Amino acid sequence: MVELVWLIPALPLIGFLILLLVGSRIGEPRAGWVATTAAAGSFLAAVVVLAGLLGKDAHSGDRSYELVLFQWLPSGSLKVEAGFLVDPLSITMALFVTGVGALIHLYSIGYMHGDPKYSKFFLYLNLFLFSMLMLVFGNNLVVTFLGWEGVGACSYFLISFWHRRESAATAGKKAFVTNRVGDWGFMVATFAIWSALGTVTYTEIASSPAMSAAAGTAVSLLLFVAAAGKSAQLPLYVWLPDAMEGPTPVSAMVHAATMVTSGVYLLVRMNGLLTDDALLVIAVIGAATALFAALSAVAQHDIKKVLAYSTISQLGFMFLAIGSGAYVAAIFHVITHAFFKALLFLGSGSVIHGMHDEQDMRKMGALRALMPITAGTFIVGWLAIAGVPPFSGFWSKDEILLAAWEQKNIGPLLWFVGLVTALLTAYYMTRQVILVFFGEQRWDEDVHPHESSWTMTLPLCLLAGAAIVGGGINLPLVKEWLVLEHFLEPIFAHPHHFSSGTSTKVVLAVISVVIGVLGITIATLAWLFRRIPTEQLEPEFLENAMYVDSTYARVVSGPGTSSFQKAADFDKGVVDGAVNGVGAAVRKLGQLIQPAQSGYMRNYATGVAIGALMILVVLAWGLLL
Amino acid sequence: MFAPQLLGFVSPSINWWALLPQMILLGAALLILLLSSLAPRRSSTTFATVTTLSAAITAYFVSIGLWYDVEREGASSSIASAFGVDGFSIFFTMLILIALAITALLSHHYLDREGIDPPEFHALLLCSAAGAIVMAAANDLVVMFLGLEALSIAIYVMIAMHSRRSEARESAVKYFVLGAFSSAFLLYGIALTYGATGSTNLVHVREYLDAVVFRDQHMLMAAMGLLLVGLSFKVAAAPFHFWAPDVYQGAPSPVTGWMASIAKAAGFAALLRIFFAAFASHDSDWSPVVAVLAFVTLVVGAVMAILQTDVKRMLAFSSISHAGYVLVAVQSASNDGTAAALFYLFTYTLMVLGTFAVVGAMGSDDDHPLTRYAGLGRSKPLIALSLTALLLAQAGVPTTSGFIAKFQVISAAVSNQSYFLAGAAMVTAVIGAFMYLRIIMTMYVVDDDESGPSPVWHWTTSTVVLGTVIFTMVLGLVPQFLIEFAEQAVPILIRG
Repeated sequence: MVELVWLIPALPLIGFLILLLVGSRIGEPRAGWVATTAAAGSFLAAVVVLAGLLGKDAHSGDRSYELVLFQWLPSGSLKVEAGFLVDPLSITMALFVTGVGALIHLYSIGYMHGDPKYSKFFLYLNLFLFSMLMLVFGNNLVVTFLGWEGVGACSYFLISFWHRRESAATAGKKAFVTNRVGDWGFMVATFAIWSALGTVTYTEIASSPAMSAAAGTAVSLLLFVAAAGKSAQLPLYVWLPDAMEGPTPVSAMVHAATMVTSGVYLLVRMNGLLTDDALLVIAVIGAATALFAALSAVAQHDIKKVLAYSTISQLGFMFLAIGSGAYVAAIFHVITHAFFKALLFLGSGSVIHGMHDEQDMRKMGALRALMPITAGTFIVGWLAIAGVPPFSGFWSKDEILLAAWEQKNIGPLLWFVGLVTALLTAYYMTRQVILVFFGEQRWDEDVHPHESSWTMTLPLCLLAGAAIVGGGINLPLVKEWLVLEHFLEPIFAHPHHFSSGTSTKVVLAVISVVIGVLGITIATLAWLFRRIPTEQLEPEFLENAMYVDSTYARVVSGPGTSSFQKAADFDKGVVDGAVNGVGAAVRKLGQLIQPAQSGYMRNYATGVAIGALMILVVLAWGLLL
Repeated sequence: MFAPQLLGFVSPSINWWALLPQMILLGAALLILLLSSLAPRRSSTTFATVTTLSAAITAYFVSIGLWYDVEREGASSSIASAFGVDGFSIFFTMLILIALAITALLSHHYLDREGIDPPEFHALLLCSAAGAIVMAAANDLVVMFLGLEALSIAIYVMIAMHSRRSEARESAVKYFVLGAFSSAFLLYGIALTYGATGSTNLVHVREYLDAVVFRDQHMLMAAMGLLLVGLSFKVAAAPFHFWAPDVYQGAPSPVTGWMASIAKAAGFAALLRIFFAAFASHDSDWSPVVAVLAFVTLVVGAVMAILQTDVKRMLAFSSISHAGYVLVAVQSASNDGTAAALFYLFTYTLMVLGTFAVVGAMGSDDDHPLTRYAGLGRSKPLIALSLTALLLAQAGVPTTSGFIAKFQVISAAVSNQSYFLAGAAMVTAVIGAFMYLRIIMTMYVVDDDESGPSPVWHWTTSTVVLGTVIFTMVLGLVPQFLIEFAEQAVPILIRG
């Protein structure tokens, strides 16, 4: 059954092709159902492949299956196959990508209702899903890069989906340009790996002898640059908050649950190459990103911006886990985060939809009675991300904090930063829930909030279920319950083991629960009961995300622009000049030999004769030598 | 008691099976001529087209059988080693048959439209295809010459058949006279080869050259030079290319496609069999000459294409520069280079036939100004898209078969350490791209005030265009099977 892996990306591709050919003809809602069916079918195929994989022996290496479709780029010693690699890691990623993806497809049927580009939206969604699955299943770096660029392009299309809106077009451009930096890292890393190891295939990289320490660190850091671009880490995060210009299902799927985690996937996939020095850098940047983004989320007014900064912050957590060597914890958090963040985004989309495209939380409040399902599921998402046991977020976050604590060099510091972030997370999410669903109503008279249709609420309920029990795939209570950890174990060069005793673990867990509850309490006192003056809680400094983005913008538009202008002048004067010069020279040359093409046979015969003479002379010359 | 010794004629053993493809083609030609003269009313255009097509398809199946025979039993030769049965000959047989089927489809509508008699045209086309097959399979220079003349003479007439147009007659005469001129070089080369090695049989030539060290090899050098001249004319390599633009422009479009693809492919087949296979031991002598020819051809093809305003002339110069690329592969004188040349010829044949299919449908053959293509992107988006794909493939853009073909040629040149030539091939590819992009630009960017061009479209043409586009795009992604096919089709000279 593992052989069926090709079906997983093939189904969204078929959906994409159908929509490409007849999408606008079949229109709403059939286009949406075609895309949703393709995504759901892909999920079922992934389940079948998982079943096949589980049927194989876990320890003999059988659970790594390569399906090579064809030799893609045979070029000297570089052999690139178009092939799939099915192993515990890729199938885990594929399961939640297709599962969450299918639900978001279903949700979009209702959300995109009445949009003039309805079928095109689903076309992009299916193309995105296909690219993401190529990224996950590619058996070498080049195929993964193909998917990497594919999801980037789809992300660009979808952010600027409403491109008539100036801000959407700009946001798309920003995401594209920022991601190029990451792509550069990916490409250079690929080149470096090939020149050091002579292969780009994952299984061969894993079995290659280790690189020298310096080369290994360089490659690791380049891979991290790639991951930081795609997964919005400092300093390349700036595109993600703006990406919220896209339709909300896109924010949920592309910019929360799936695409932004591909950086985490890449690093986990290449775990054998990452050196200790690089891991330390990754951990520090991850922790810094988590804290920075959580601080920025505290003072946002836009319902989606809060979630966007929260996503950056949670991604920071994942990189903190990788940097601490706890790859399983990172993937665990990727999965639980996919559930609850998709849930929160879709919930916010439901609110926006019900409020007639209002996104400012200051104009909401007391919506829980009018939108009971949305409110109920959103609250589940809130408890999950705030780290309240037994919701899924608690388990994965707790594991990351434990891993950070055990980090060799600066463990307690990383743990402390993580803890502060957890406090802030609980705080700003509580603030959001209260502002949106509780307190007094603040919306205008002419707005009539309403609950959304079943295609939107059904995914919410399913995701809420997943967000509650999702932690169950890796419960640390009993060793045998660590299902995910045992499942993923074969793919790691150095499996990570927690060294702390049970008492330390319990103490740390209790501290993080207390911190979560503390954050919730502070927010409740401030925003629900108004016991704390709220004006100081939204400093302008944080609302503007510490002015990082605007500083970038100022640099780029100030001294940046003038240097770009110089580069453009150089391009125009020197590069274009050279090109045009060559062009003109070629034309001159052509005009020079043009008369030979006179149309007269005698001239042509002379040409043949001269050519013959030329050949004989060259041959005779060879003889003389 | 001496019984008179009877000097009986002992006929050489003949592998009829191996000759079957060209016999089917000649049989079909006879059938068309016979039926059209006996029952003129029954012999419609459809009859001629269907007969040619079925002959091509039947012969193709026979070639598949032959391919497996060769794979199982190894290469052989027949009729006193005059006719080779190896992967090489079958590779070209298949290519010629595919091109034959395509040309038959393309001419179907064209002949009706332009008022040309179909039976004669198809009979000539079949003869020409049979000649091309003989040329690719011949292990003997004289047989090869016969094949070349059968191929060429049929083409002279096919060009001239468009008697309404004086340009067609003019180009037929030009091609004929210059072709005769170059045939004289070829014949003289054959004679000198005989003089130098004592045989016109390539198997013998090879064995002789392997065994003998010349004290004085002037005659062999001259033989090589003259053979090269004759064949360079056929493949339109510079400076023997002057006829090509005039003749391509004047000839009916399906014939132009046939000339650009098969006349060229058969010429290269002969070139590879003679130089790469038979003169293998003297590759240090001929390889530099071919390298010079390749360079001149690349430059002339790319540079002159820029100056043209007539699409058929543009494509003529483009086909000259394609010949340059194949020569780059030939000059490397290695198995890889030969496989690259075969791969190039196969993909090029389908690209160029698809391109001329569109050109043929673009209206009357009197002239093909670039301006006629203005606004095609708007008026006929699918045709414009197909032509774009084919032109991009000719330019060698990645994800098309043209890229893989150019890539292999250049990598063969690099592994032969012909770095200068590899560089020149890349630079001329860039120069050449200008011409293709110019056509594409005209289709999409230049806006015609009128409703845009309205090509005459027939389902046979669409089938061909669709098929060649799909082949070109798919091969760009999955080239492996054709690469392996070409690698197994390197010529082998063996005694029968």
